[in-house]
Amino acid sequence: MANVTITVNGKSESREVEDRTLLVHFLRDHLGLTGTHVGCDTSQCGACVVHMDGIAVKSCTVLAAAADGAEVVTIEGLADGDELHPMQAAFREHHGLQCGFCTPGMIMTAVDMVQRHGGNLDEKTVRHELEGNYCRCTGYHNIVKAILDASGKMGGVQQAAE
Amino acid sequence: MYETTYHRPGSVAEAASLFSSTGDAAYFSGGHTLLPTMKARLAAPANLIDLRNIPDLKGIQASGDSVTIGAATTHAEVAASNDVAGAIAPLAALAGSIGDPAVRHVGTMGGSVANNDPAADYPAAVLALAGTVHTNKREIAADDYFTGLFSTALEEGEIVTKVAFKVPETSGYAKFRNPASRYPMAGVFVAKHKDGSVRVAVTGAGNDGVFRWNAAEEALSGNFSADALKGLSVDASGIMSDIHGSAPYRAHLVGVMAGRAVANLGTLTMD
Repeated sequence: MANVTITVNGKSESREVEDRTLLVHFLRDHLGLTGTHVGCDTSQCGACVVHMDGIAVKSCTVLAAAADGAEVVTIEGLADGDELHPMQAAFREHHGLQCGFCTPGMIMTAVDMVQRHGGNLDEKTVRHELEGNYCRCTGYHNIVKAILDASGKMGGVQQAAE
Repeated sequence: MYETTYHRPGSVAEAASLFSSTGDAAYFSGGHTLLPTMKARLAAPANLIDLRNIPDLKGIQASGDSVTIGAATTHAEVAASNDVAGAIAPLAALAGSIGDPAVRHVGTMGGSVANNDPAADYPAAVLALAGTVHTNKREIAADDYFTGLFSTALEEGEIVTKVAFKVPETSGYAKFRNPASRYPMAGVFVAKHKDGSVRVAVTGAGNDGVFRWNAAEEALSGNFSADALKGLSVDASGIMSDIHGSAPYRAHLVGVMAGRAVANLGTLTMD
């Protein structure tokens, strides 16, 4: 067993877990943060994307023990109280989701994308950078619109939990 | 995934010592191949030794003649490195084309080179750029390092610490990706070195993993242009055949990718 302490959405969380526990299961099963989804479980679909030490990772392919000491932000950590993060608001505004299963991973990937590219995103870059996030409903069109809209609004906006 | 015990050594010596003392162990440097393999129960090491937090395995050094990348450097770090892009632009672009952004944040150069997946990108760069694989025991020239599918000259417990890539006069990398998996079905790294020698390395297509295409090297040594490759073809008997493409199809792709690499030097060319 491993004693794992991870700062999740600004709050330090310690649990004793099996060494084989994946970060996504630490979040969902041990902390009850079920916003992060398990889709393919093979690091392809992106439903499990969270931020670890400020960058997007696929939490189905990270061991919780390997994240010991890290700072993790999940979809639950983005909003500031009742105020949605600009990326969340843009997904709602542009109807960037239908069933919603991929949405948490999409949004965490999108926030990471804007943080790396700043306001310099264009449609081609957004589509290319969504390579690791699958959506089977929307055809991606409104997701791309939402990300481009939010990238303009996010300038200087820090994540609420950071 | 079967039970395992996770270790986080702080030095290469500690990692090697853990490997020999624990018996059934695997090194872990990103784990984006190993963890899925363990989930599928195709691998079940009793111990995982995480190499990513070892300071000696991190970092990038560039000089006029070589670019040296620490084994635990992530693909994203290589892709974003001005030192790498300035010296060998196609190498930085290659790193930036692996997987997707989240995968590149975790996967490492050393992990890829140690695993030697037949469809991985890095082995083509190591071979074409006359790389030297440094381990905790010795230095291994690229030509002696890759020995077959998922197999290398590494001995049991040996750790890749860094890879030194020779800065060429010019180089290019072109790949044709499987439309679903995005792994190259044929990827060709072409480098013209400062001593005039030409190296052409092919990944994704060979039955035995990455290989040098000698006929193309000879043709390009006389005339370093895409025209020199016209009419040349790889012997399909050594080429992989599977549901994604037959051997003759992949052999044809190798020729096309080599031509594209030479026609687009200084960059990565992909579909």
